[in-house]
Amino acid sequence: MQDFSAAFGLAFGLIASGDADLFEIVGLSMRVSLTALLLSCLIGFPIGALLVVRKFFGRGIVIALVNSMMGFPPVVIGLLVYLALSRAGPLGWLGLLYSPAAMIIAQTLLIAPIVAALSRQVLEALQAEYDEQFRSLGVSRGSAMLALIVDGRYGLVTVALAGFGRAVAEVGAVIIVGGNIEHLTRVMTTAIALETSKGDLGMALALGIILMSIAVSVNLGASALRAIAERQAYA
Amino acid sequence: MPDTVPFAPPDKPDKGPPTPRDRLLPGALRLDRLTLQVAGKTLVDIEKLELEPRSVTVVMGPNGAGKSLFLRLVHGLIPPSSGWVSWGEVACGEATRSTQAMVFQKPVLLRRSVAANLDFVLRRRAGSRAERRARRDELLARVGLAGQAEQPARLLSGGEQQRLALARALATLPKVLLLDEPTASLDPASVQMIEQIVLAASAEDTKVIFVTHDVGQARRLADDVAFLHHGRLIEHRPAAIFFTSPASEAVDAYLAGRIVL
Repeated sequence: MQDFSAAFGLAFGLIASGDADLFEIVGLSMRVSLTALLLSCLIGFPIGALLVVRKFFGRGIVIALVNSMMGFPPVVIGLLVYLALSRAGPLGWLGLLYSPAAMIIAQTLLIAPIVAALSRQVLEALQAEYDEQFRSLGVSRGSAMLALIVDGRYGLVTVALAGFGRAVAEVGAVIIVGGNIEHLTRVMTTAIALETSKGDLGMALALGIILMSIAVSVNLGASALRAIAERQAYA
Repeated sequence: MPDTVPFAPPDKPDKGPPTPRDRLLPGALRLDRLTLQVAGKTLVDIEKLELEPRSVTVVMGPNGAGKSLFLRLVHGLIPPSSGWVSWGEVACGEATRSTQAMVFQKPVLLRRSVAANLDFVLRRRAGSRAERRARRDELLARVGLAGQAEQPARLLSGGEQQRLALARALATLPKVLLLDEPTASLDPASVQMIEQIVLAASAEDTKVIFVTHDVGQARRLADDVAFLHHGRLIEHRPAAIFFTSPASEAVDAYLAGRIVL
């Protein structure tokens, strides 16, 4: 129990003093996960919109596939990216293994399907409402996709936040492809795992507190946005 | 017939008798043995119907008569099970649909400002930015929404939303304007405004097909009336004759306000 309260004291001390190591780790975490999120949105939103607008043969199978990719275990994604980026792998010549870029690739592969699958769900409802009107107006598929993404913006922000939450909290993929190298690829989750096993509970807890606050503020931001959307009847 | 005051049709510009050339105009509709079956049930079954290219045709009938389906069939939003639809000798399809605009019973507005809803349509037309802006302002003034350009479209009242939907339809400069009970459950002021705008569009040679089950509205608008019942065309006659001497029991009962089964 003493350990426990001491750890808390230490954690708040580290946060309050603006410990350089601590904030370096937090900064890298944010950089990696936000970049992965941006890439995932650029990939996932159009895929989601396309799956809604185009009723091609085999669409149901593709949707089931994307949906099941949502539940992909991060360690497996990490393993696959590792195999691709390792020296003997097809992309080994890029020399990206154990770099933040490798972590970004792994997290993008992890959350792009989530963003695609969830945005398809969000946009499906919108499409049901707009479809007949758009066909009447002769709106092209491309314009329809863009209009759905623009008009579904509030719902899609929630989708993006869900993806970000998953990316920033994930440990399995980044530890395999990043290697948890100090000052290079050490992010919050891998640092927590390491510090806990080392017994440095203060550092682990400090990172844990920051990680949880990020998760909470992300959710608060999401519900604030939803409130704004509802006030404008845009939800 | 019920004892009603004889109806004097409103003054309308005389469009003149149809000429053979009229049959080629994009507003001239022809249907041949048109049917629509869904799950083994026949919902629309119209042997033959020809509409003149510039008149206001009102489509009437009790609920479930197939009025909305009729409109979607002629607009090309749903394919018929059999039969043939053409507009001025052009088979109904994407090409004819692009010259038409439809206003739905429940307006479908984008989750954007009033002005942005019109820009969405105007953007795809030729003209400079200034011209489009002028056109947008003119349309907003025409439907009485000039002061609300920057408001979120979905915060407008029901009547205002429908007027915006009508303005958007007119923004496409349609040759044919299709309206599916556009004034159902709207305030009287909006109803009047929408009827006036529709009549004005008709005066500019836009073909109008207006679905309603409001007899008073039909009297105010119609040049000719098509009466549907159970998906079949019961009567299609000039408004003057339709309202004064209905040829079928169903129409007689409907106009008298009795329940038509």
